[in-house]
Amino acid sequence: VIAYYSSLAMVTSAVLYLLAMAAHAAEWASARSAKVAEPELAAVGAGAPVGAPGPAPAEASAGAAPGPRTEVFGRAGLAITVIAALTHIAGVVLRGVAAGRAPWGNMYEFITTSLAIAVIAYLVLAIRFRMRWLGLPVTLLLTIGQGLAVTVFYVAVAALMPSLRSVWFVVHIIAAATAGAAFNIGGIAAILYLVRSRAEERGRVQGYLARIPSATTLDRVSYRFHAFAFPLWTFTIAAGAIWAQAAWGRFWNWDPKETWSLVTWIIYAVYLHARATAGWKGRRAAVVAIVGLASFWFNFIGINLLVSGLHSYAGI
Amino acid sequence: MAAVAARFGRGLVGWLRFAWTTLTSMRTALILLAVLGIAAVPGSLLPQRPTNPVGVSDFLRAHPDYGPWLDRLGFFDVFGSAWFAAIYLLLFISLIGCILPRTATFLRELRALPSAPPGGLSRLPGFTTGVRDTSSSAVLDAAEAHLRARRYRIRRDAESVSAERGYLREAGNLLFHICLVAMLVGLAWGSLFGFKGTAIVVEGQAFSNTLSQYDDFGAGAGFGPSQLSPFTVRLDSFDVAFETGPVQTGAAREFNAHVTVSRPGQADSQQSLQVNSPLQVGGEQVSLLGHGYAPVVTVKDGNGDVVFSGPVVFLPQDANFRSDGVIKAPDARPERLAFQGVFLPTAMSGGAGGMISAFPDALNPELLLNIWSGPPKEETGAPENVYSLDTTGLTQVTKDGSPVSVGLQIGTGYKLPDGKGSITFDGWKRWTKLQVSNTPGGWLVLGSVMLAVLGMSISLTVKPRRLFVRVSSAAAGGPDGSDAPAPAEPVGGPEEASTHAGGGGTRVFVAGLDRAEGRGGLTDEVAALASACGIGVTLTPTDNEEQQ
Repeated sequence: VIAYYSSLAMVTSAVLYLLAMAAHAAEWASARSAKVAEPELAAVGAGAPVGAPGPAPAEASAGAAPGPRTEVFGRAGLAITVIAALTHIAGVVLRGVAAGRAPWGNMYEFITTSLAIAVIAYLVLAIRFRMRWLGLPVTLLLTIGQGLAVTVFYVAVAALMPSLRSVWFVVHIIAAATAGAAFNIGGIAAILYLVRSRAEERGRVQGYLARIPSATTLDRVSYRFHAFAFPLWTFTIAAGAIWAQAAWGRFWNWDPKETWSLVTWIIYAVYLHARATAGWKGRRAAVVAIVGLASFWFNFIGINLLVSGLHSYAGI
Repeated sequence: MAAVAARFGRGLVGWLRFAWTTLTSMRTALILLAVLGIAAVPGSLLPQRPTNPVGVSDFLRAHPDYGPWLDRLGFFDVFGSAWFAAIYLLLFISLIGCILPRTATFLRELRALPSAPPGGLSRLPGFTTGVRDTSSSAVLDAAEAHLRARRYRIRRDAESVSAERGYLREAGNLLFHICLVAMLVGLAWGSLFGFKGTAIVVEGQAFSNTLSQYDDFGAGAGFGPSQLSPFTVRLDSFDVAFETGPVQTGAAREFNAHVTVSRPGQADSQQSLQVNSPLQVGGEQVSLLGHGYAPVVTVKDGNGDVVFSGPVVFLPQDANFRSDGVIKAPDARPERLAFQGVFLPTAMSGGAGGMISAFPDALNPELLLNIWSGPPKEETGAPENVYSLDTTGLTQVTKDGSPVSVGLQIGTGYKLPDGKGSITFDGWKRWTKLQVSNTPGGWLVLGSVMLAVLGMSISLTVKPRRLFVRVSSAAAGGPDGSDAPAPAEPVGGPEEASTHAGGGGTRVFVAGLDRAEGRGGLTDEVAALASACGIGVTLTPTDNEEQQ
């Protein structure tokens, strides 16, 4: 019965994320039609120096006198996301109660937990740090993720396999889920950065793009999320290796999932180094970060579906 | 080439210097890192010989055109191939070549004072200026006290104070990279002096830690058999539970091996060995890797003598533990006997007229046998595979012209035609696959990984910052804080400049610079320093600043 309510909550949250995404889409659409022409943004568009006087960009975009309808849609999107997040978290918790353990035993449980962490992070950012501009891409991610989880990856509640019963299970998975959430938000910021910096270069910053922060800010936000996620991801791999040593007497087995974790780690390591290297800053580094995110998702979903290995567990 | 010669010198030394400089450059390290990532990909997508030899031979059979080429290039053992090793060794040499000079620089920096303020302070990201009516040394004293309280390292010159903070960033950075090298050394040590072997142990039987008892064994070049610590592990019983509910039916739920460990000079101890809790015996780790069934049979020959009695290890073939095995009775007379068997823990008729196992637990065990017989074979002493039957010199036992195929339940038997003997199926036992391993460098790997994560976290969170205060007589100093004579017109100078011009005041320049990106608050800190120096704040905010 609890499992039923858990599934119900998950499906509800997926639908609500879809609604929130629609609200945010309407927000951007109305911003586009409102044809905002704030002087500050026009100045950026005209290629003003980065050090141009004026309020900090985050403030500028948040307070960029949007049309009333734009603001209503934006607030509605955020409100729906809050409700969706509550049902989502309830779904995860009930799943854990129904299973009598931490709800990370299979892909369905991992993806829902990871997305729950992502939505909490997003809500904190949106409410506390006025980063509601993340709304559309984040709700898009949540809609797709939750949608896939409840339709494709769903498995009924079951007990854990003996090989997963370990303290390391909790440590390894929670680190992976948190790192995953941060990589995803960082990746979204990197994508927005690419779009925005292109628009700034062409001098056409309007509508949707006028509502998000400047390319410089996006780049920094993206970097901060990656800088947070990367040590966690390193820790995830290290914890996995220690667990492998305990369970199989070997740190590293070159299992496909291990290999792709390493590949993902390497790509993000390249990203961090690239940012510090002349000629790789900005655009190229952002592309590397997006490749890293693609690799993360491939590792997460593709490997489980394509090849079998030590990380293959019952019910995907 | 000429450019290379000009920069690095001629001849071999020049080339070596050129090679070293190129190898240890950041760009080369980045490329090597990327190449390492790409090189690992085929190892995860193609079947690999060490883990999946059957998959490799299947692949070769399916792709006779390019499969052998991939094989020759080492694509079926990527992580053991020379080219993969070449990439990561080059990367680590490059890394060491990068760490050494940076460590030296860092140690020098630690001993030296922060550098003096640069010329052109106004060009720094954070800058403010003002005039104070106290003496310049009082301003500098105030600045120094303010900065000391904030744990900056300080350099005090006659007309300036320079401060720097965040040395831990480079320390963390170096720690991380040094630990990566230490980890690799630990892994190399482990594979050079360590070993790993597996053995199948049936319930009621024991495993002694000597080379001859291993079913397979692998060790590094530095390993000697005397390293095996003497112990015996006896498998008293093995508990398994499988999921019987509707979800994931048949999935394993519980593995628990009850073992008795004996070591010379010590009392026997009874312990429980589980998947995630291996035993530590001596310096060795005993892990539980797998399990299966061993049917217990008794074979009598044509003379009525018991020629075999006991459990025979059968290897599981599917998730429901349909298991294959061979029972051999080479000493049976007048004819030797052999049985090819299939053990079904939960036998059900199904499939194409055959029998299947429907559940992994032994709910309805059945043993299916094909029987072979032949004249006695001379003992050669050559090792034989216990899991497969070499049918040379044997013929399949037939009855009424068709091969005999029998299915036995527990407690039943079968009398072979023509008085060749008999076999009875007495029961079954479980076996476990134990792995004994020793990884000598383990503590080094573990410790360096932990320190590496710590170092990385430090280097990604600590943000080094430099702050400068320069003073000059209010009448003289240049508006940008340089020592150059002041231009006639103070550029964008604040009003104080004119009000105090010619007076005995002190012009104060405060500036700051972040040495790493991703940090806000520079403007705030420059402002705080400025007010500590007693000047009003006229800040130039930059796009780089964001108050969060």
